[in-house]
Amino acid sequence: MIQLQDITKVYAMGKRELTVLRGVNLHVKRGELVAIMGPSGSGKSTMLNLIGCLDNPTSGRYYLEDKEVSRLNGGELAQIRSRKIGFVFQSFNLLPRLSALANVELGMRYAGGSNRKRAMEALDMVGLSERASHRPTELSGGEQQRVAIARALVKNPPLILADEPTGNLDSHSGEEIMSILTSLHAERGITLVMITHEADIARYCQRVIHLKDGQIESEEKV
Amino acid sequence: MKRWFEPLLTAWVGLATHKLRSFLTILGIVIGVAAVITLMSIGRGAQTEILSRIEALGSDLITIRPGAFTSGGIRSAPGSVSTLTIEDAQAIAEQVPDISSVAPSYSRSLQLVVGSKNTNASVTGVTAEYIEVNNLKLASGTFFSGVDYQRGAKAAVLGSNIKETLFGDTDPTGQQMRMGGIVVRVIGVLESKGAMFGSPDDAIFIPLTAMQQTVAQPRTARGERVVSSISLTVSDEEQASYVTDEITSLLRTRHQLGPAADNDFTVTSIEEIAQTVTEATRTMTLLLGAIAAISLLVGGIGVMNIMLVSVLERTREIGIRKALGARQRDIWIQFLIEASFLALAGGIVGVATGWVASYFVSRTGFITTLVSADIVILAVSVSVGIGLFFGFYPAWNASRLNPIEALRSD
Repeated sequence: MIQLQDITKVYAMGKRELTVLRGVNLHVKRGELVAIMGPSGSGKSTMLNLIGCLDNPTSGRYYLEDKEVSRLNGGELAQIRSRKIGFVFQSFNLLPRLSALANVELGMRYAGGSNRKRAMEALDMVGLSERASHRPTELSGGEQQRVAIARALVKNPPLILADEPTGNLDSHSGEEIMSILTSLHAERGITLVMITHEADIARYCQRVIHLKDGQIESEEKV
Repeated sequence: MKRWFEPLLTAWVGLATHKLRSFLTILGIVIGVAAVITLMSIGRGAQTEILSRIEALGSDLITIRPGAFTSGGIRSAPGSVSTLTIEDAQAIAEQVPDISSVAPSYSRSLQLVVGSKNTNASVTGVTAEYIEVNNLKLASGTFFSGVDYQRGAKAAVLGSNIKETLFGDTDPTGQQMRMGGIVVRVIGVLESKGAMFGSPDDAIFIPLTAMQQTVAQPRTARGERVVSSISLTVSDEEQASYVTDEITSLLRTRHQLGPAADNDFTVTSIEEIAQTVTEATRTMTLLLGAIAAISLLVGGIGVMNIMLVSVLERTREIGIRKALGARQRDIWIQFLIEASFLALAGGIVGVATGWVASYFVSRTGFITTLVSADIVILAVSVSVGIGLFFGFYPAWNASRLNPIEALRSD
């Protein structure tokens, strides 16, 4: 599903250069559930952004579903994001002016058009169909993250990327979110890559990758 | 349909969220468009008004007056030299084609006595054709006939102003008045013409033959009888400029002017005046429109300002949309639609406002206004153009945002 070959990423910080990733190699199989852990500044977010086709690597190759995407331009990357990748963010990133349902519909907007029925089904899947018309501000953090998962899910992507999906939630809501994500993974065979700080959360995953100073330090199977 | 409907809906939600801000931005465009419509309608109204007054003189009318540009470029006042004669008028009638009738006239200021009233007025001796050539209408009574002219009948027709001065509201028909050395009887009153130059409202018309009985009509060195002006009508308005040229060359021959000499007369056709005035008022209308367009420009800058703020405020939203797969084009179109929507709404409301404003300007009675379709189309398309033009840069800015940085912003 995901194959990273000797990926480096260098950011220009004014005149200085900041190397964030130094030769990362990673292979994620279809249907795997992988956690990325590491201290802040270790390059986890940069790695997730590259995997999510939000950015190009400075060097190295990235194959997504056996297709090289490391040299694609902005428009082609957007195309891939719209069809293949669903994002779940730590801070939910819902549009505050839109209802829960409209936020979910937005997930399909750039993948060929909205479909209210499918959006409703996705909301139902995360157990929020009766709150479809609520705005994000009227929902709890856990509910907002469930809406965000429905938004990522609605276009039926093979890959979902989550950046500390439970980071802003209390432990009870966090467990709820994790059980939704793991059941999605189990029932639909979606490949799931997530960043987390918490070892408790990483327990749900099949494989945990530890990142340090832009390199993979260790890998463990759970 | 969805492809178009969704961006429109998105734009609508974006604008509806900031109602006051959107309203104020639209107001800027409204004022600009309304100003363009109102000022241009005033210009267009003035043009129509002036043209209709000129046309009232008779669009087929050509007048010839003595005097012309001197070689130094300084014009001597028409009438200050007496070079036109009755014989010139006869020659024109006989020799120039496409003329329907010719009416020479001779004006003098004479003392009038009516009962106890005593005044000076311009008395014009004319032929029977004069009323028809100059497109004059009778308010009451009759004009003198060709037979009256032949006989030298002492009959007078009054302009509307002079009638007011001498007779007030009473009907002057049949009344007698002393004019220089003769006594004439009033046979008719003209309708007010309201024209601007040489208005017949202030004149009194008598047969030229009767005039000669009280005033010694001057003669030129060759013994021809001098007239103050010759007016004539062409049978075909299209031929006005051809007739003008023919008259000029005929008169130059008759007046024995060498090739180097300037004309000692001026030939003016109403058609030419109308053209000149049309050009002048069109320039004026454009000038008014250009002044108003400045406020439209300011309104456009307002659109740009608000769109830049909006893009800045919604950086995170742009980041989210990009993460969800929006291409640059999608973001660009979204913001461009918002800007055009502001401008189009402003344009439509502005047209309505401008229309109402020009109606009220008309109602004051000082200026007539005319809102024509081309002005409306111009104003609306310019306002949409402004939306696209001033929305372009903010939308382009938005579309080029880096999704990672945009997602990180507050």
